[in-house]
Amino acid sequence: MARLRVSVHKFSSCDGCQLALLNRVEEVMRLADRVEFVHFAELGYVDPDAPVDVAFVEGSVSTPEEEIRIRELRKNARTLVTIGACATAGGIQALRNLQTDGREWVAAIYPSPAYVSLLGASHAISRYVAVDLELWGCPVDSRQVFSAIHDLALGVRPLNPGDSVCATCKREANVCVLVAHGEPCMGPVTRSGCGALCPRFGRACYGCYGPSEQVNSVALTQRFASLGLGPEAIARRFLSINNAAGPFAEAGLRAKEPR
Amino acid sequence: MSRQPGVRSSMVFLPRERLSALMDHLRSEGYRCLGPVVRDGAIQFASLAQADEFPIGWRDRQEKGSYALQAAGDARMFAFANGPQGLKPWLFAPRETLWRVDGRKAALAFEPAEVEDARLAVIGARSCDLAAMAIQDRHFLGGERPDGAYAARREGLFVVAVNCTHASATCFCASTGDGPATRDGFDIALTELDDGFVAASGSERGARALADLGLASAGDVREAEARARVAAAGAAQTRALPGRDLQAALFANLMHPRWDEVAGRCLSCGNCALVCPTCFCHCEREEVSGDGTSAEHYREWDSCFSEGHASIHGRQVRPDIRSRYRQWLTHKLGSWHDQFGRSGCVGCGRCITWCPVGIDITEEAAAVCGAATP
Repeated sequence: MARLRVSVHKFSSCDGCQLALLNRVEEVMRLADRVEFVHFAELGYVDPDAPVDVAFVEGSVSTPEEEIRIRELRKNARTLVTIGACATAGGIQALRNLQTDGREWVAAIYPSPAYVSLLGASHAISRYVAVDLELWGCPVDSRQVFSAIHDLALGVRPLNPGDSVCATCKREANVCVLVAHGEPCMGPVTRSGCGALCPRFGRACYGCYGPSEQVNSVALTQRFASLGLGPEAIARRFLSINNAAGPFAEAGLRAKEPR
Repeated sequence: MSRQPGVRSSMVFLPRERLSALMDHLRSEGYRCLGPVVRDGAIQFASLAQADEFPIGWRDRQEKGSYALQAAGDARMFAFANGPQGLKPWLFAPRETLWRVDGRKAALAFEPAEVEDARLAVIGARSCDLAAMAIQDRHFLGGERPDGAYAARREGLFVVAVNCTHASATCFCASTGDGPATRDGFDIALTELDDGFVAASGSERGARALADLGLASAGDVREAEARARVAAAGAAQTRALPGRDLQAALFANLMHPRWDEVAGRCLSCGNCALVCPTCFCHCEREEVSGDGTSAEHYREWDSCFSEGHASIHGRQVRPDIRSRYRQWLTHKLGSWHDQFGRSGCVGCGRCITWCPVGIDITEEAAAVCGAATP
């Protein structure tokens, strides 16, 4: 059986999702007889324009160069998989989309903003090209990425459950931090996949996996308000890592509106 | 539904400090002891090494969408209603391998998952837990192909039940007919008094365990006090379903505007179904091994609030929260009667407490069924 040709590409991101692979380098080695990494700069393979069976894409499209590059990449990849919140929903950097002039932030950060070439907004990969599979999370979960590689190597459509973090908490017997501790947990509207990492340690979910498959943000907003959160605090719960993901963007902007 | 004559011994008195002797007896019979403990701000079932790990002096305060513990400072071990989960996770595992397939040979080799054979003694199961277990027994063991893993765990289960002497504000087992007194399904049933427990056996092995401890008769006064305390816990319940068989009333009201109204409040997170001790829905999935040579076929708790549950051959038959909540409620309180000859609700109140937005099954049922209920 021919090996699956795989590439890993970086766009506007922190590189953290590539670590989902690199943190398990022994598991990467075990893939060797089934998977050939053609381009994966952090692993030492550089051939960004090579045609591949599967391209994993980290990061959002936020520069003119990236817009050109993602369109070329799509032509070279039979299957395109986004990994992480940036590639899937625009990332934390999409917060600049909410500013009337995103350039102000660039000027506040860089000594010579003129050298920074930016698109008007930071967007998910799917805004520019068709995406075959979107893996959420900040960062993505290693197990989920490897599971996707194993499935794709066998020609099977990977699992990508969109049920709530609550479902994971209940399977893991985590005590609900919202019900038992009054924490403003995003779990009821956030998709599973992280193993309910935060609630497992008594912390409220902050939505890094993005919206679950069926979001009722109005009901959760009301619940947060009853816990004592004001409009700005509620908006921040939604307008965080996945601020540009549809249901979270809507909820966050709604919370900010004066009543 | 009465106990088998001859199986039940006369009631004996178990002083509180001798509960550890009962645990020792169970361990000597090869059982691991499981009981309620305070963990992460809730009372949950966990392995117990000693009797002082019980939630001594703790009370639970449960309301719609809220749960809190309070220290009362007394010696009571079971003066609370219930925790987030009952016996379900210990019998119907949240995730379980069903079979494995090995692809290294010329032909695929399918192997059933090994069935664990562990003895588990649960101390502190309540009447609602036992009523729910009876329903799950029918589901997993009642058909032509009993579930092997469930059957093995059920076979290895020793139940020390506790009759409830405290009701939380979310309890309504009296209205479903499932409590607060246990009827059957236990090996030993305890009722807690100030200085210990009135104990009765419900099986031969339960009778043997009590006999082994050489306990004195409880006496009429203690037996009467135990009955009175359990009756008071039933009388203290403030919630009730509007009837035991709501099937006709629910299905006559499938287009009731209340379904739209509740859909506006429901998060469709699935918590109600996942904490429900009778819900048995699950999904089945495959996971490929790290070297790609084998795969595990497993099942995992699912609920009627997930996309996958109502996705049939790529078509979504319940596309919105309204239809999903309606499915949950009309199955639980309605079509369950066709399936099991009773309602699927045992009145434990977990779906009310653990709903993040406090949706109350008793309120919703009353609103949908209206005055038309029997």
